Amino acid sequence: MFGSTAFLVILALSLLVFAVPGWLKYYFTLGLLMAGIVLTTSWAAGLLAGSGLTEEFPLFTAASGTGMVLVIDRLSAFFVLVINITVLIGLLYARGYLEPYRARMNALRFSIHYFSYLWLWLSMLMVVMVRDGLSFLIVWEIMALSSFFLVIFDAEERSIMKTGISYLIQMHVGMFFILVAFLLVQQDTGRMSFDALGEYFSRHRNLPLFLLFFAGFGIKAGFIPLHTWLPEAHPAAPSHVSGVMSGVMIKMGIYGIARVLTSMQSDLVATGVIILAVSLFSGVMGVMMAIVQHDLKRLLAYHSIENIGIIGIGLGLGVIGQANGNNALALLGYAGGLLHVLNHSLFKSLLFFNAGSVYHAAHTRNMELTGGLMKRMPWTAILFLTGSLAICGLPPFNGFISEYLIYMGMFGSLSGASLSHSILIVGSIAALSLIGGLAIFCFTKAFGIVFLGEPRSEQADHAREVSRSMIIPQLFTAALILFIGLGSPFVVKPVFDLVARTWNIGSQQLVTGAYTANLAQISLAGGIFVVTLAALLFYRRYHLSRRVVDTGPTWGCGYTAVTPKQQYTATSFAYNYNHIAKPVLQTRKDIDEIGEDEIFPHGRKFLSHSDDLFKRNLVDRPADWVSGLLKRIAVMQTGQIRHYILYAFVFMLLVLLLAMLKII
Amino acid sequence: MMAGFILIAVAAFFFPGVILRTKSIASGRKGPGIFQPWRDIAVLFKKGSVFSDTSGLIFRIGPSVTLATVTGAMLLVPFAEQKAVLSFEGDFILFAYLLALGKFFTIIAALDTGSSFEGMGASREALFSMLVEPAFFILIATFAMFTGYTSFSVIFNHFFITGNDYVLIYSIIGAYLLVQIAMIENSRLPVDDPKTHLELTMIHEVMILDHSGFDKALIHIGTYLKFAIYGSLIYNLVVPAGWNVILQTGLFFAVQALFAVVIGFTESFRARNKMNKNPKFILTLSSIALIAFMVILILTEKLA
Repeated sequence: MFGSTAFLVILALSLLVFAVPGWLKYYFTLGLLMAGIVLTTSWAAGLLAGSGLTEEFPLFTAASGTGMVLVIDRLSAFFVLVINITVLIGLLYARGYLEPYRARMNALRFSIHYFSYLWLWLSMLMVVMVRDGLSFLIVWEIMALSSFFLVIFDAEERSIMKTGISYLIQMHVGMFFILVAFLLVQQDTGRMSFDALGEYFSRHRNLPLFLLFFAGFGIKAGFIPLHTWLPEAHPAAPSHVSGVMSGVMIKMGIYGIARVLTSMQSDLVATGVIILAVSLFSGVMGVMMAIVQHDLKRLLAYHSIENIGIIGIGLGLGVIGQANGNNALALLGYAGGLLHVLNHSLFKSLLFFNAGSVYHAAHTRNMELTGGLMKRMPWTAILFLTGSLAICGLPPFNGFISEYLIYMGMFGSLSGASLSHSILIVGSIAALSLIGGLAIFCFTKAFGIVFLGEPRSEQADHAREVSRSMIIPQLFTAALILFIGLGSPFVVKPVFDLVARTWNIGSQQLVTGAYTANLAQISLAGGIFVVTLAALLFYRRYHLSRRVVDTGPTWGCGYTAVTPKQQYTATSFAYNYNHIAKPVLQTRKDIDEIGEDEIFPHGRKFLSHSDDLFKRNLVDRPADWVSGLLKRIAVMQTGQIRHYILYAFVFMLLVLLLAMLKII
Repeated sequence: MMAGFILIAVAAFFFPGVILRTKSIASGRKGPGIFQPWRDIAVLFKKGSVFSDTSGLIFRIGPSVTLATVTGAMLLVPFAEQKAVLSFEGDFILFAYLLALGKFFTIIAALDTGSSFEGMGASREALFSMLVEPAFFILIATFAMFTGYTSFSVIFNHFFITGNDYVLIYSIIGAYLLVQIAMIENSRLPVDDPKTHLELTMIHEVMILDHSGFDKALIHIGTYLKFAIYGSLIYNLVVPAGWNVILQTGLFFAVQALFAVVIGFTESFRARNKMNKNPKFILTLSSIALIAFMVILILTEKLA
């Protein structure tokens, strides 16, 4: 009872953000957040450590007997931990990040911002803990609204407002699907709740309802082709918000899918294959589109799509494993997917925070205007490198562990597999390894162009390291990334346990035992690698201290008047790649060619731009078509009263006529 | 346990020399001795270093990281019946990703110099190594499906005793693919020519233009070790485990030497691909790997 009351008190206190004086707002928000985090983390930890299946915290009861009850089980507990970590680090980082805005914006804007931040966090917590359909839709809506207000924080630019509105619309399209799905359940079972799904699934075909949920949650998660809001909204939002949105908010979609999957009973093969196919497509396309971006945050946003794809691959494999009665595949798939949720929340938020620091220091997100930032911002650079290595799934960082689990699910299920399964799995392995390769291409570009070489603009040259209050929270994230990478058995064991209990998968001990041993070997390899590297670097230092070490200009092939402008840029780095990927990406170039009769060509502009194919064809084109149609209808809107009277007259005549003919 | 590790180190000692000798014999030159590459490394160790003003930390730690990843990968390669130092289910995933980590650092170290040439090389290398990744994984997946195991040591131990008469087919396709992958990973012909002397046409060489002394030596050692690593993978594919140890060791060096001679001859008689043909060439490897996969499906009677 104490828990529920405490949670309600936190909900109520959040309103006080508007009342406290300006300088105190941040600390008040932080205090409230901390209190909530202690409370909910203790719930989650208590449940994960204990043997109970669920714990309930009733918030309030309506007169009709229904109400809002927080139900926490292992799956919820896992997501609660993921949410709490990133939201806390995001707010700690925000203190320094919001500093320049303080002069420009009034206290009300800040109050709205903090209030929305708190409610985004609270609504996400409730999303993962609420079972009742109506309550779920309410908190789901609150989550969309609060994140909308967070996105438009910087809405002096019209484009950001436009992005915000488009985001809000797409979120509601998603919500519509979820609503319809819940209504179908309600109609059949009389209950509108996740708990009623099992009953519905036992009586009907499972696939149609699942597809409705998948569409609804998929828009939030950002599966291609439902991702169109994502690359717009993430860059528009302030960086701590992008970190939280990309790190945890899109995972609410994954939570929804996982939650529905726990109740499914039939059609599992089809479901698994659909999830797997969509995820593979999202993974490959997400990273392919990421490579050609110039805007650092947009690049990261497309990478979120790729990572959602990897998570989806894990979940899809889990479902297929369940369908085939292959417990090891089910365990490894689900565990890999869920662990990647945690891992991605860590490294993606870290990367977004770093992108924010770059923006903060160099006032641009355009990679072509950056360069040489490592010398100016060493901490940010090392943190970004850590995030990059982790997101590429390279050892000894955390991304490797989850990708390893997913890979092992696939490789392990190959022996004695049927024909269709073999083809499916080998195709997935090829795609996942291609995703890995493309990610390396993308992040060598991002890190290399932004942080290495010479600055390509004045503003990058003047960049200075961001304040310590922005660096220190990120160090914490980086430490977690390394901990999961090097001490994976400690983390993977509880995840296996969680998966086995959530989806009722047997022979869990066996798989857990084997994989704890495998992961221990990986940790050992990671340890050996780190020690070898340290020894090498140590010896290198000693070796060079006894030799002549000189500095000079970079080798320019004999050319000595090199300027930073001649460096490879983000575009040129991706040029070769662009050439191969052209059919999928459709890069546009705007240039007017030099005519033959033009002896002294005048100055020209060159623009290259790559469109999001899906956005253009699925969102922009239909929207343009509808608005074009409406414009044509708008000729009726003449503004002359006699025309309107004529319309009314025609309408009445029509009604009369139809009534006489007994049509209506 | 350590046999694989030590043998690779020993093989790496002769490997570049054998390539060099093959090339000089094939082109009718007297050529340097078999230990010339290692003499060059000794010279590099004696030298001091020059660093570009532009470059920073990444440029300086890059070669060390790459060498550390290669030695890490060496720990995962078994020899005959002996398990690798580190052997567990899915060790080949760690193997591939460790090498990728090394590549990551080679690429960003090149970008650290701010040179357009090195940027160009970095871009090409990143692209080509990304394209080669699926071929390796499809190949290993095929082996995993065929033998039913998921670790280098166990796969190779069961490769010839799974009771399938067609084992030689996989062994040959596998060996062919590994040779090609090794050539691409080590930036040799036909994708890249280490002896080209125009920066514009280089890939790997242009990335390491600015490295000197100690760091450059580490890069070379890493390349030689990588050759020997792939050589020993090929060896494990073509020679059944469980024969006499002395015979095995002899065959090991024979396979390594043959591999080096093949590289030497390829480089003597073949021109480098046109740069924009390279992606197609590399993707062909993935297709061949897929063919190997189909062949196994047919042979294991999954596909009638």
